[in-house]
Amino acid sequence: MTIQIRYFAALRERMGRSGESLVADRLNTVEDVWRAVAQGSPLPERTLCAVNMEYVQSGATVKDGDEVAFFPPVTGG
Amino acid sequence: MSVTLTPTEFSPYRELEDHQRRSSALTGNCGATASFVGTLRDFNEGDRVTGMFLEHYPGMTERCLESIRTTAHQRWKLLDSLIVHRVGEIALGEAIVLVAVWSSHRGDAFDACRYIIEELKQRAPFWKRESLESSGSRWVTHNTDGYAS
Repeated sequence: MTIQIRYFAALRERMGRSGESLVADRLNTVEDVWRAVAQGSPLPERTLCAVNMEYVQSGATVKDGDEVAFFPPVTGG
Repeated sequence: MSVTLTPTEFSPYRELEDHQRRSSALTGNCGATASFVGTLRDFNEGDRVTGMFLEHYPGMTERCLESIRTTAHQRWKLLDSLIVHRVGEIALGEAIVLVAVWSSHRGDAFDACRYIIEELKQRAPFWKRESLESSGSRWVTHNTDGYAS
């Protein structure tokens, strides 16, 4: 399966890239996606997740072609 | 469009007036307009702020704002509403956000306007990086509760 990944703000800077395409088998959840790109480390505390531009919990399932985004707490307005 | 993101400076009061003039939903039945304008101030967390960069998630940000607006229209009796939000580089004193709500009655207008700005601050994917007078820049890690501490 292929997952498009996007990072924003401080997390984008920390990752050193704004996104990437992940091709992997056995990715079930958003947390699995994170661990695949972060060498197995857990999702940083307070990180927010979205799948196809909708907020989800890190345990939400992913499917082929999904866009998964990781970002820090939002600070608009 | 009742949700607009703009990379350039805008006049919130002109936007409000222009929208009101163009809106077909606002006829003789409008009795209340509530608005909130957020501007870039020169201090935060005890430091002097000299400017700001506002990042967003194109697509999700607009979708989220539209969803907040739709919920407000379901919860209160509103005639129309408008959200304008800046993205990119912002200078001191410039408007960051405008929320305007039109209704027949003030209760619906006030409550919905407050709801929209508070939900926007909690949910809409924007991130502020402020430039400091003392040194470089930093990401704002959280919004305040909206009251002076």
